[in-house]
Amino acid sequence: MSFAGKSLVKKLAATPWWRDFGSIAVLALVIFAVLPLCLDLFRLNLVGKYLTYAFVAVGLVLCWGYGGILSLGQGVFFGLGGYCMAMFLKLEASDPESTKIQSTPGIPDFMDWNQLTALPAFWEPFKSFTFALLAVPLVPAALALVIGLAMFKRRVGGVYFAIMTQTFAAILSILIIGQQGYTGGVNGITDLKTLHGWDIRTDAAKYLLYYINAVLLLGTVALGRWVLNTKFGKLLLALRDKEERVRFSGYDVANFKIFVFCLAAMFSAVGGAMFTLQVGFMSPSFVGIVPSIEMVIFTAVGGRLSLVGAVYGSLLVNYGKSYFSETFPELWLFFMGGLFIAVVMVFPNGLAGLAGQFRAWRAKRSGASGTAPEPVSATPDRSAVPAFGAEGGQS
Amino acid sequence: MINQPSPTASVLNAAVRVVRNLLFTATCVAPALALSGAYPTAAVNTTGLAVTDTVVTVGQLHSATGTMAISETGSIQAERLAIEQINESGGILGRKIEIIQEDGASDWPTFAEKARKLLVNDKVAAVFGCWTSASRKAVLPVFEKENGMLYYPTFYEGLEQSKNVIYTGQEATQQIIAGLDWLAKTKGAKKFYLVGSDYIWPRTSNKIARKHIENVLHGEVVGEDYFPLGHTQFGSLINKIKLKKPDAVYSIIVGGSNVAWWKQLKAAGVTSDKQTILTISVTEDEILGIGGENMVGFYAAMKYFQSLDNDNNKKFVAAFKAKYGKDAVIGDVTQAAYLGPWLWKAAVEKAGSFDVDKIAAASPGIELTTAPEGYVKVHENHHLWSKLRIGEAQADGQYKVIYESDLIEPNPFPKGYQ
Repeated sequence: MSFAGKSLVKKLAATPWWRDFGSIAVLALVIFAVLPLCLDLFRLNLVGKYLTYAFVAVGLVLCWGYGGILSLGQGVFFGLGGYCMAMFLKLEASDPESTKIQSTPGIPDFMDWNQLTALPAFWEPFKSFTFALLAVPLVPAALALVIGLAMFKRRVGGVYFAIMTQTFAAILSILIIGQQGYTGGVNGITDLKTLHGWDIRTDAAKYLLYYINAVLLLGTVALGRWVLNTKFGKLLLALRDKEERVRFSGYDVANFKIFVFCLAAMFSAVGGAMFTLQVGFMSPSFVGIVPSIEMVIFTAVGGRLSLVGAVYGSLLVNYGKSYFSETFPELWLFFMGGLFIAVVMVFPNGLAGLAGQFRAWRAKRSGASGTAPEPVSATPDRSAVPAFGAEGGQS
Repeated sequence: MINQPSPTASVLNAAVRVVRNLLFTATCVAPALALSGAYPTAAVNTTGLAVTDTVVTVGQLHSATGTMAISETGSIQAERLAIEQINESGGILGRKIEIIQEDGASDWPTFAEKARKLLVNDKVAAVFGCWTSASRKAVLPVFEKENGMLYYPTFYEGLEQSKNVIYTGQEATQQIIAGLDWLAKTKGAKKFYLVGSDYIWPRTSNKIARKHIENVLHGEVVGEDYFPLGHTQFGSLINKIKLKKPDAVYSIIVGGSNVAWWKQLKAAGVTSDKQTILTISVTEDEILGIGGENMVGFYAAMKYFQSLDNDNNKKFVAAFKAKYGKDAVIGDVTQAAYLGPWLWKAAVEKAGSFDVDKIAAASPGIELTTAPEGYVKVHENHHLWSKLRIGEAQADGQYKVIYESDLIEPNPFPKGYQ
């Protein structure tokens, strides 16, 4: 290869588009070919479940990694998306024929147990599949919009925002558990069977759902990448690192934050809906505070600045969870704890940060002779930004 | 505690087990054939379950971690004891039982995942597991889809019946109706106050209780209140009870809330000589947390108490304490869990097969005369015929049995009570 050719390749490799394409292509290869070829259906179905959490993690990369908005309540949106899908499936499973043993046939079984005699009004529209499909992203987005308007317009951010999102997670899980006649309570919505008469529990359906999930996930990653490459993505970074300066430049910071928060909510909701389809039920145990924090951990393990890394992070943590709990049923929580501590201590930038860490280590070893490690523009390092005067206005 | 090998030990154990199995098949072919010869594997296992000439593998699926671990540990222990005893007495159809334990982690989706793992991956012949209704609801579709067999130990709300489940605990009517009759007869109760934790089991149980009180006993329900799981402030409820002066309080407060509920009753001066309270949700296990002195004289309606005076139970309690320590406590569910492996053994031997369909068909009519609770029989609806006992709480944390009903037919879909 000529010298000029080499430099062209180098130049290409340096452009973000090429780099993104490469990592997304590798991810696609892993999800579409490697995993299905290496795993039996049972394990593949589990991977499919792990990948539904990856939607949340990808959303968190946008909103937390780039936007600097730490949400500890993403389970709310995952859960809402899942519930929207589950409500449709439950209504289909509760036709009068298969529920004729109930006092009121034709309504979901848990309503009958709770002495409801008619379908509640807010359940009615979920008889339509189109409505349910639209509700999956839109209901969570609407909630995110309300939360966003209430918080960001009042310049609530940082730790206070994280605490507020936890409150929402707690409120929603208490609401769902308390209103069991309308929501299935702590049992969740169970025993989902068919989608338009198509049995979602068969082996063929599981394969198909796995691939639908995979396509949606890659689409989500690509969409996230595209968003970050637009001007909006740059602004997002800017407002994370110097919010006041972006505001003084004439941008309405709150609107950008609301948008990225809603986007992350929609991503999570799609994951929730796919979870319902693949696992066959939805339960309030995803909506609470603990699962929401777990979802942040997936992102942290994968690397909060890497969309692709977030997917690997979700896979790794959940695989670890399944593996450790199968092997050591009574000690596995300690292993998971150890894993998290190790990740934070050894590679603070997550899996995706490993390459950068490796480069830095090599540069350090070769001393001053080599070139300095290329600065990673996305790193949230305030010292890297030259300071123009004092940072007034920030308390 | 359970004899859990350390991580390295368990890897070693696995290796040792493989070698031992090889040796076993090599050296003991003759006796093994003699035992299982009458039941060749090809004949007793036509659906590809984990059954070999010498070993049958079963699953155990409870919460070993999380909030439910404290309740489910007793069931894990009892099932292990039963399986150990079966192995000592020669196994099932000449085969030794091996256990694959999975942790449901008090998380319902995890229960579903692990159930699928046990059935699809490990092909276990039966699963002993679950505790809460929510975990059972989560795994039920898996068991029905993959055609597995679940032995479920907890008393529960009923309204369910499956070919793939044997319910070794009581369904709601078995625990409620005889208890209310006893209250009406011996305590002359006419005015009842119903309380419960806010989820499906207490609500369904109280629904049945209310119908029975109003339609059969012609009494009156003067109050009905529910509290979230984990609730610890019962002051206002206690005031309402003092105000309404019911003849009896019917309590289905569940889990950790019980500690606050009974302690606050005592602190408010509501003692057993002033107020009759009957609970269906406090076993000897819960009294450990509540403290026997806080419950003295109150009543519980269960099918089993550790203090039951019969030979089966004395042997069971002695074996349990020998294995798990002399302070080990046995509650109603623990005993029901102990029945699971024995009922499965009886069904397999009756069917002459490990096939799930054949076990499901053979189960109705099976009797167990060695049950610690006395005698049980499996009904066509896969629940057990059982007696109801009323126990009076003692300061040492045990119940004194003061009433025993006849055998009650299980009726998970009670007409007129829904």
